[in-house]
Amino acid sequence: MNDTTSSSSSTENLGSSRVKRGLAEMLKGGVIMDVVTAAQARIAEDAGAVAVMALERVPADIRSQGGVARMSDPDLIESIMAEVSIPVMAKARIGHFVEAQILQSLKVDYIDESEVLSPADYVNHIDKWPFTIPFVCGATNLGEALRRINEGAAMIRSKGEAGTGDVSEATKHIRTITSEIRALAAKGHDELYVAAKELQAPYELVLEIARTGKLPVVLFTAGGVATPADAAMMMQLGADGVFVGSGVFKSGNPEARAAAIVKATTFFDDPSAIADASRGLGEAMVGINVSDLPAPHRLAERGW
Amino acid sequence: MAGSSVPIEQAAPIVGVLALQGDFREHIALLKSLGADARAIRRPEELAQVAGLVIPGGESSVMDKLSRMFGLAGPLKSAIRSGLPVYGTCAGLIMLADRVLDAIAGQESLGGLDISVRRNAFGSQRDSFETDLAIPSLGALPMHAVFIRAPVVEQVGEGVVALATLADGRVVAVEQGNLLGTSFHPEMTGDTRFHEHFLHVVRSRG
Repeated sequence: MNDTTSSSSSTENLGSSRVKRGLAEMLKGGVIMDVVTAAQARIAEDAGAVAVMALERVPADIRSQGGVARMSDPDLIESIMAEVSIPVMAKARIGHFVEAQILQSLKVDYIDESEVLSPADYVNHIDKWPFTIPFVCGATNLGEALRRINEGAAMIRSKGEAGTGDVSEATKHIRTITSEIRALAAKGHDELYVAAKELQAPYELVLEIARTGKLPVVLFTAGGVATPADAAMMMQLGADGVFVGSGVFKSGNPEARAAAIVKATTFFDDPSAIADASRGLGEAMVGINVSDLPAPHRLAERGW
Repeated sequence: MAGSSVPIEQAAPIVGVLALQGDFREHIALLKSLGADARAIRRPEELAQVAGLVIPGGESSVMDKLSRMFGLAGPLKSAIRSGLPVYGTCAGLIMLADRVLDAIAGQESLGGLDISVRRNAFGSQRDSFETDLAIPSLGALPMHAVFIRAPVVEQVGEGVVALATLADGRVVAVEQGNLLGTSFHPEMTGDTRFHEHFLHVVRSRG
């Protein structure tokens, strides 16, 4: 890991930037699964999930049922924390710092400031530095990722389009982020000032990316991953790991599919292993083509 | 080169890093910076080529599952029994422990270190921390150590040396024969002393 940024320097040894970013480092090469009950959390842990995301409705249901989506009931989150020993994440609305304070008091392991829920603030995201619990935030491009890191995010996930089972947006976002990183790394030093302006990102972070050729935090991908092949493709495109939301528990055989996605994420560069993992999984989630979604229903456009 | 009078240098030892899940890239980079031929290991045939192995940080329950699923657990256990030098950090320490407390149902370890290790001994991520540790066997300078949902060693068998303890006396680094384990992550802080020591063990066995 690189040195942590100055905004995080502290004599406290709890909740330091290194400790927050470090947990994401330990999740690399793994699959984080959305679960809505303790029973699903058990299935996820048994299948080899590296962490679970505790929530009341998976994105596919949020999408079909509509209405305002909020932080989950603390009882539900605690029942999931009691069931498993792997890290438990939970979602707060964009900008809803009180939901985040609540999640921190519940001692969840990670907070996802998520566009899957209805935003609580259309201007500001949560100031994540004061929290001792790390945050993961979504991004569709490098500038958005760097703005989130500047606000204190300790992990980034490319957004994709949650609850669709259509991987095309996830592909677009991870490709955009990685290709913008390569473009920065190829620039001359005197071009980075304008690059920072165009990315709408802090110059210091832009300089760091140009020098190291990678984000200073772990980059997962999310939003539409439904098959072992989808997960392996995200890994081959440069993701450090994969979030699977509706893809597991909206499928015909969640146990088998969850384990298969875990295998394919580890052996992402071995087509015969991915083929083996893809056999006999039953029906994948039905899914929605992103191109059929009218623009106001696209979750990835939330957050800025 | 023909006619050269320079003594032949010892070839770089091949050191595997178990790459099923976790921060294996950081270990590979650190080992390479110390001159080792470090390689990611996911299959039995890859394991057969190494003179030493590092088991990285990550999620121990996932490493256990994948290592059994892909036929790596058996070869790993027999390699450890036959004296392969192995260094485990965090989840890797759990994998090397003979006894695991607070394991998930059905979780197995590879074993080798005669110790009892408790998973997530400090609590949730909110209790993860950094601190400076005295490690007398590695010199006078303290080591800055990062503990992330870390395990601790609760019981140590005969023949196991405790290399470091927290202020409250809990053991967080151990060595037994060719096996080395730490609750914390030197691969994250860039202090190379544990890896150098491990490479010394690998070379002196080679």
